[in-house]
Amino acid sequence: MTRRTLLLAALLFGPAAAAQDLAVLADRVHTQAGTAIENGVVLVQGGKITHVGPQGSVTLPEGIRQLRAAQVTPGLVDARSAVGLSGYLNQKHDQDQLETSAPIQPQLRALDAYNARERLVEWLRGLGVTTVHTGHGPGALVSGQTIIVKTRGNTVEQALVRSPAMLASHLGPGAFGAESKSPGTRAKQIAMLRQQLIKADEYRRKAAEAKDGAEPARDLELETLVEVLERRLPMLVTAYREQDIRSALRLAQEFDIRIVLDGAAEAYLALDAIRAAGVPVLLHPTMARQFGEMENASFTTARVLHEAGIPFALQSGFEGYVPKTRVVLWEAAVAAAYGLPFDAALGSITLGAARILGVDDRVGSLERGKDGDLVLFDGDPFEYTSRVLAVVIEGEVVSETPL
Amino acid sequence: MRIALVMLLGCLALGAEAQERPLALVGATLYPIEGPPIENATLLVQDGKIRALGRDLRLPRNADVRDVSGRVILPGLVDTHSHIGQVAGADASGPIQPEVRALDSINVRHSGLAKARAGGITTVNVMPGSGHLLSGQTVYLKLRRGNGVEDLAIRDGDGRIAGGIKMANGTNPMRASPFPGTRGKSAALMRARLVAAEEYCAKLADPKLAADKKPARDLGSEALCDALAGRRLVHHHTHRHDDVLTVLRLAEEFGLRVVLHHVSEAGLVANEIAAAGVPASIIHVDSPGGKLEAMNLLPDNGRRLEAAGALVAYHSDDPVTDSRLFLRSGAMGVRFGLDRETALAALTLHGARMLDLADRVGSLAVGKDADFVVLDGDPLSVYTRVLETWVEGEKVFDLASPEDALFATGGYGAGRDTVAEQVIQLEGAL
Repeated sequence: MTRRTLLLAALLFGPAAAAQDLAVLADRVHTQAGTAIENGVVLVQGGKITHVGPQGSVTLPEGIRQLRAAQVTPGLVDARSAVGLSGYLNQKHDQDQLETSAPIQPQLRALDAYNARERLVEWLRGLGVTTVHTGHGPGALVSGQTIIVKTRGNTVEQALVRSPAMLASHLGPGAFGAESKSPGTRAKQIAMLRQQLIKADEYRRKAAEAKDGAEPARDLELETLVEVLERRLPMLVTAYREQDIRSALRLAQEFDIRIVLDGAAEAYLALDAIRAAGVPVLLHPTMARQFGEMENASFTTARVLHEAGIPFALQSGFEGYVPKTRVVLWEAAVAAAYGLPFDAALGSITLGAARILGVDDRVGSLERGKDGDLVLFDGDPFEYTSRVLAVVIEGEVVSETPL
Repeated sequence: MRIALVMLLGCLALGAEAQERPLALVGATLYPIEGPPIENATLLVQDGKIRALGRDLRLPRNADVRDVSGRVILPGLVDTHSHIGQVAGADASGPIQPEVRALDSINVRHSGLAKARAGGITTVNVMPGSGHLLSGQTVYLKLRRGNGVEDLAIRDGDGRIAGGIKMANGTNPMRASPFPGTRGKSAALMRARLVAAEEYCAKLADPKLAADKKPARDLGSEALCDALAGRRLVHHHTHRHDDVLTVLRLAEEFGLRVVLHHVSEAGLVANEIAAAGVPASIIHVDSPGGKLEAMNLLPDNGRRLEAAGALVAYHSDDPVTDSRLFLRSGAMGVRFGLDRETALAALTLHGARMLDLADRVGSLAVGKDADFVVLDGDPLSVYTRVLETWVEGEKVFDLASPEDALFATGGYGAGRDTVAEQVIQLEGAL
């Protein structure tokens, strides 16, 4: 075999090669599909879950590898991150989450920037995060696209679940232009966004009405915005303050586009409006620093959203300093400690997150037919002193270092 | 007349304090830190001090008895490194500014102090920020409720406001001239300044030198004389293992008493740290990186330092980590292998030692300040809340109070300075 074919073989079979059939046995299996199963077993065959039930409800295939733990959860889903684009060194060369040359750049694909082998991706994986919604970060009015990946693979193609996933947008002072560059105010931000969406609508109309061969020249920026107008691509709108949240809802109503609120530190001041609009919330990390735009953030907002019946998920978010990424497991733990019920807290980093991301057909719960993504713990998953014993992605044991 | 009235009030206040009714907290599990937990025990407090603790205490007849069954009482937490109170130190004019005092910048109404109380912190080393080789003098505070920094400042035996000196190395102080551009230059600049200070201090102390030959008073050198004489501890920001060794070298050369801070790669030189007898105040952050010097941050630094025999404490570095979650730092240390006893000491007594305050705070012991925290469960559990924080026998945080609860959880207005009503009350109280 030549070196080239070897390489090709490695590329084709690399990640799948380690996948194996597994039986995961635990004192408690948190399925996120009904109540937890005491003394449960999860069978993973061919990378998919083939059985979930009490131990004894299935005959284990002979010789199958068995993993044991005190508690097992579905693989964790991080609803919003910038890992893979925003590297751990935090130097110019590894920060690809924000391009500042123009305020609106919907054509930027996360696909073209994601580093599957970034250390922070590995860090999250070791702590149970198996699916991440990541990509362009906050800091620009429209910073670019996002993707959904599994936290494994040597390349973005191997990791990819969906591209594009959403279009990232940011309202408020965090996305003002430098010095005298626009946008310099909140009102200007909305004016610029509306004007650009109207332009994309015109582009769509011209393309639809054009005779063959007379279509307008392809415009990657407007093409992406047309996807938003067509409701195929949701807009992820980072908005911390109450007035920015309401501006996002107003924009969604005017253009009949799908939006997902991101950050939403003051969501508790706009519960009725958010619920009436049917907009889900990717809430800031519970432990996000409570100053600046987040000075009114609270450890209890997750509980408040839960009680209001608003679909929400927790996220690791984007961090510009240390810690360079947060870990949703620990963010959900603190939300649980401040009154969010256990299953809802776990749901905010598994099934609830998967639903908002539209990937709940594959991940988020332990159910027959879903991906074999699991996290094994030596105790209550949320306890500070519990440890992640092992992490499984599609039947592959991707981490066995206790963390 | 007004002065007389103030004096009279002062006397009355003192009189009241001297005859304060003892307070007995009964039924809790006490964590003395120096010794194992004591279940179903009593803590007796009077005149701001711990008078007794243990089981089956004979209580004074006039004691105010409070049932705290099922609760857990820890000593007040000691945070060896924090930036609450809008603290500022050196400015951008140069890399070494020992004359600058943190105490001249503290806003005691800043919400950071209220949040620290909500986290159970009672003693805190408030430090100037980073970015300098030496960014100024730090100030040790008790989080009493007070109207100005003097009300909160801890005083040494001579009545002087206590504090240390903040230094840093590694990439932290590197920037355009006059700041250093390399590690070698950083060390050279600091050594040159200390050599100059040694000469200044020697001249001051020289009995043969006539008064008119003494050097003119220099505030920066004065502070360095304190450091060189061991009267002022050096709190040294350092991350990379080789930078840690540079601090140890500097400390040995000049006889400085040093506490290492952050120490991301402490685990790689834990034996050297232990052999030098230098304590390490470490931080737990949730992922490696974020800046070059933290790229190899070891989450199990606590365990490694403990195993090597070094004294280890945690700090919040608030706002890097939130003061309200300070207990979490120790708990995460346990997650990564530190034993529980050491973790609890690393949040209390060990920190007190690193501030030269272990004779007054850091453990529940007779004669020590009545600084303690009432919890509703295991101190290292995520589900445990701080219910009350007490400083010198006064309750300074109560989760049952809506104003305090706002700072404990956050919410609308929690990011601002202490709410207006409290400010007015405090000013009215004078």
